[in-house]
This record gives sequence, C-alpha cells and structure tokens, in this order.
Amino acid sequence: MLTLLFDGIAYGMLLFVLAVGLAVTLGLMNFINLAHGAFAMAGGYATVLLMDRAGVPFLATLPIAFALAAGAGALLERTLYRPMYGKPHLDQVLFSIGLVFMAVAAVDYLIGSQQQIVKLPAFLSGRFDLAAVGIGKYRLFIIVLCALLTVALQLVLSRTRFGSRLRAAVDDPRVASGLGINVNRVFLLTFAVGSGLAGLGGALGAEVLGLDPTFPLKFMIYFLIVVSVGGTSTITGPLLAALLLGIADVLGKYYAPKLGAFIVYTLMIVILLWRPQGLFVRKGAR
Amino acid sequence: MSQVSGRPSMSVLQALAAHSRWRGWEIALFAALALSWFVLPEHALLANEIALLALFAVSLDLILGYAGIVSLGHAAFFGVGAYAAALFAKHVMPDPLVGLVFAVAVASLLGLLTSALILRGSDLTRLMVTLGVASLLYELANRLDQWTGGADGLQGVTMAPLLGRFDWDLQGRTAYAYTLVVLLLALFACRRLVHSPFGVSLQALRDNRLRASAIGLSVNARLVAIYTIAGGIAGAAGALLAQTTGFASLDVLDFHRSADVLLVLVIGGTGYLYGGLLGAIAFKLLHDLIAAWTPQYWTFWIGLFLVVLVLVGRDRLLKPWTWRAAR
Repeated sequence: MLTLLFDGIAYGMLLFVLAVGLAVTLGLMNFINLAHGAFAMAGGYATVLLMDRAGVPFLATLPIAFALAAGAGALLERTLYRPMYGKPHLDQVLFSIGLVFMAVAAVDYLIGSQQQIVKLPAFLSGRFDLAAVGIGKYRLFIIVLCALLTVALQLVLSRTRFGSRLRAAVDDPRVASGLGINVNRVFLLTFAVGSGLAGLGGALGAEVLGLDPTFPLKFMIYFLIVVSVGGTSTITGPLLAALLLGIADVLGKYYAPKLGAFIVYTLMIVILLWRPQGLFVRKGAR
Repeated sequence: MSQVSGRPSMSVLQALAAHSRWRGWEIALFAALALSWFVLPEHALLANEIALLALFAVSLDLILGYAGIVSLGHAAFFGVGAYAAALFAKHVMPDPLVGLVFAVAVASLLGLLTSALILRGSDLTRLMVTLGVASLLYELANRLDQWTGGADGLQGVTMAPLLGRFDWDLQGRTAYAYTLVVLLLALFACRRLVHSPFGVSLQALRDNRLRASAIGLSVNARLVAIYTIAGGIAGAAGALLAQTTGFASLDVLDFHRSADVLLVLVIGGTGYLYGGLLGAIAFKLLHDLIAAWTPQYWTFWIGLFLVVLVLVGRDRLLKPWTWRAAR
C-alpha cells in the first residue's frame, strides 16, 4: 500500500514537471497549447538517441534534453506562437493540434514508430526496502529531483525580479510594458523554460511512461487535467493536482485495473463540475 | 449574424423572414446534392463517407459556429450513435430506420445529460470536460468488450433491406441514397432551426453571453437544447456509418474523430451551416489524394495545413490576396 503510494507520488511529481510549463503558458498566459507534449517528446528522444547513438551517460543527457527542448520552444515562440497570443481559443487549439500532428508524423518518419527503451545506469535501477516500503531507486531519484525543481521554481516565481516581472506581464501586458518591462522577452524566456521543463520531464519519464511517436497525444489529456484541475493561481495548484492524479492513477491501475483511465477522467469531470476554474483560483485574475 | 441592425425600419419578424429566404445558391446546392446520386454511381462508397462526415460536421457547427461552445469530444455522440445502431440491429431488430431513430434518441439523451457539464467555466474547462466525456466513453467501450467487441470491433452487424425493399448493394448505391436523404433532411431541419428566433438567439449568446442574459434570454436552457440537438444529429451520423458499413469499432470514439471533425468544419468555415458540408468534401478528397501519395504520414500534412490555416487566418484561407494585409 505504501509502496503504491510512493510510486504514485513519483508518478505525480513526474507529471508535475511535465505539466508545469503548460501551467504557465496555458494557466498564466491563457494560451491553450495542446502541443506541450511535443516538447516533452523531444526531450525524451534526445535522451534516448544520445544514449544509444552517442554513448552519453544518462545523467549528462538530462541537461541536454532540457536545453534542446528549451531551444525549440524559444524558436517556435518567436516564430509561430507569438502571433497566436491574441487569437481566439479555437484558433489556438487548431494551431497546437496541428503542431502535434506534425511532430507525431515527423518523429515516426525520422526515427520509427517502435517504443524506445531507456537503459538506466546501474546505480539508479533496482529497489530497496525502507521500513516495509519498497522504494525504487529511480522513483526516489525522480521525486528528489522534481521536488528540488519545484522549490526552485516557486522561489523564482515568488522571490526574484524575473518572477514579479512575469506576474506583472501576465496580469496586464500593456501596463507592464508601460512600466518598462520587455513583455515579449519575458514571455519568450518563460515559454522556453516551460518547454525545457517539459523536455526534462520527457527525458526523466521515458522509462516510466514509455516513449513512442504518439506520446504527445497520449499524454496531452494528462497535462491538461493537471492544469485545468489545479487552477492557475500558483504552481501549488498544479502540483497538488499532479500528485492527486498520479496517486489516483497508480492506485486505480493496481486495485481496479479493469477501470483503467476511468478513475482519472471521472475525477477530473467531478472536480471541474465542482470548481470550473480549478482547485485554486487567484483572486482578481481575469 | 443577423441583419436586423442594418435595417432599422423593418420589424423583427420581417427581418427574420428576409434573413431566412432561400438564396439561389442554396437551392442549387441542395439540387446538386440530390443529383450527385445519379452522376456519381461508381463513387457511391466515397460519397457515402463524405455525406456522413458532412452530417457530423454540421452538428458540430450547431454548437461551435452558432452557440460558440468549443468541443474536443464531439466523437462521443458519433460513437454512441454508431454503437447504439449496431447493437440495436444485432440484438433487437435489423430494420435500419428504426435503428436510426433509436440511435438518435440515445445520442440526444447523452447530449441532454452531458449538457450540464458545458454550462459553467471557461473555454478550457469546456475543452477538458468534452474531451473527458469522450475519453470516458472510449474506455467504457473498451472495457465492455463482451458487448462492444473491444478493440476488435463489433462485427457481424447485418441490416434488413431499407424500407423492406432496397437491398444493400456492394457498390454502396443504396447506402449513399440512404445517407444522402438523411443529410438533406437534417440540413433542411438545421436551416429552419438556425433561422428561427431560437437560432438567432443562439448567435446572440455566442457573441456575448452576459449581454444575452441581460436582455432576458435564458442562456442555459438554450445551450442545453442546442447541445441535445447537436448530439442527436452527430448520433445519426454515427448510426449511418455503423449501418452502411455493418461494423462499429473503438475508432468511432477515438480522439482523432473529434479532431478531424473540428478540422472539417474549420476548413469549410464555421457558423453558416454549409461549412461542414463543403469542408467534408474538401477534407475527404484531400485525404484520398495525400493518402495515395504518402499513406503513413498524411497527418503531417494535415498538421501543416492547420498551422498555416490559423496563421493566415481561418476566414481568409481562400483569399490569398488578403494574406499580407492586416496581420
């Protein structure tokens, strides 16, 4: 039972890192970016290919995955996403689904449709028992890394100058730029970091979630659940939502495997009925 | 949009009547559709697919183009209609028309039940909830494999001859006639609907929900009504697919269906009723063309098309000379 809880937390943390970039673009910038999973997939493939073809050690691939996804995010933000910010939600949905379709087909064409396997280094595989709780080493690694990232993110958003600039730019871009904040650059950076985090999440999650070209479509709904259920006020909301989702999913798969993703979807619909804006809503936000 | 504001001297009823007058091109369109059965005998199978896709897209247009509800899960109704028709034919009676009515009733009921979910929240909430409902149904159909056949699909659905007289032929002539008649009737009914005061009030609440409720429209009741109707029509499209192919599988509930139909509607244009029809024709022909050329990667081109479409502006795709202006 506790082992399952542990696995659920690890899964939830992973989902959080995958989705937190989306929480910023979608939640804060109000841009419905269904293509977020494509950046995660890019990170996952970067790790797998670097390990397989270039022999780079696993840990060293993680920052590369982050950087690659962040670079791709920055490039796309500058060229394609920026004109989309002011468009209606339907346009954003169509645009980002289009990107997903392209990414899926392109990866299928370039690398092939088979499932990719990550060979973890020896010190991260296996598990040990701690007070009757079976702890997978890799799961523990994920939890620690993701927790550190979460704390760092929270600090950046709430304590640094960049964080307050971002919050100002999001709340009212016009006033923010009037105050001398370069809104475009803030958004560009934020988008790049968000995509980078997705790439890192994809690299970390390739072993747990599986990696094949349909990844962005398969997990799109999970990211969206995390964001829409968590609300957009802080990153605490998405964090709690991701943990809830991760635990519910793992427990559901164990105790009621026949129900499958049922539990997750039902949970989401019930929560959204109860609180249409998500669990945590910022007062005064539009 | 209604033309009431442009002609202040007319009464509302006169304006509505003028607005809903049959245009020449509409009559020509209906006639061309009816004639297509006679001129395209060897393409009846493809035409059948186009017609039922058009019906599906028209139903999405009712909620998206007229009521402004963004849905990523319209396949829920399509799939439920398909399974309802297939199961009805297999276990109750094989008559297609009764099956169609049954499927429409089931899908409408689903629309009525799930409409409560779309009344609150933002666009994002609606996207998620509609997507969630469709995914739930997909999972459900997958789990209940003793009834639905799970991933293998529901096979061995045999239909009785249409009206007891017309057998289903291999060229799809009967099937196309059947689908075409349903499509024409549905288009006709939807046309009446969107030109009625009810339809005009839907557009009012699409443009500004707060204002619509301020002038005394019962917004929620209208949304429930149109969602139920759209669900029923999408169910009819699903039922036609199951009946004319004698097969229903999980594919009818797949996310791809919802995305495709959104795309079809957007290609054709939202909010003027015939968008779904023109979009379906364009989409299917494009699909056949690209799939013949590069079968495995056709989604790439669809994606590229979507991105370009949105970047140049949805309503300007067919007017390339306006691309450079007004960015």
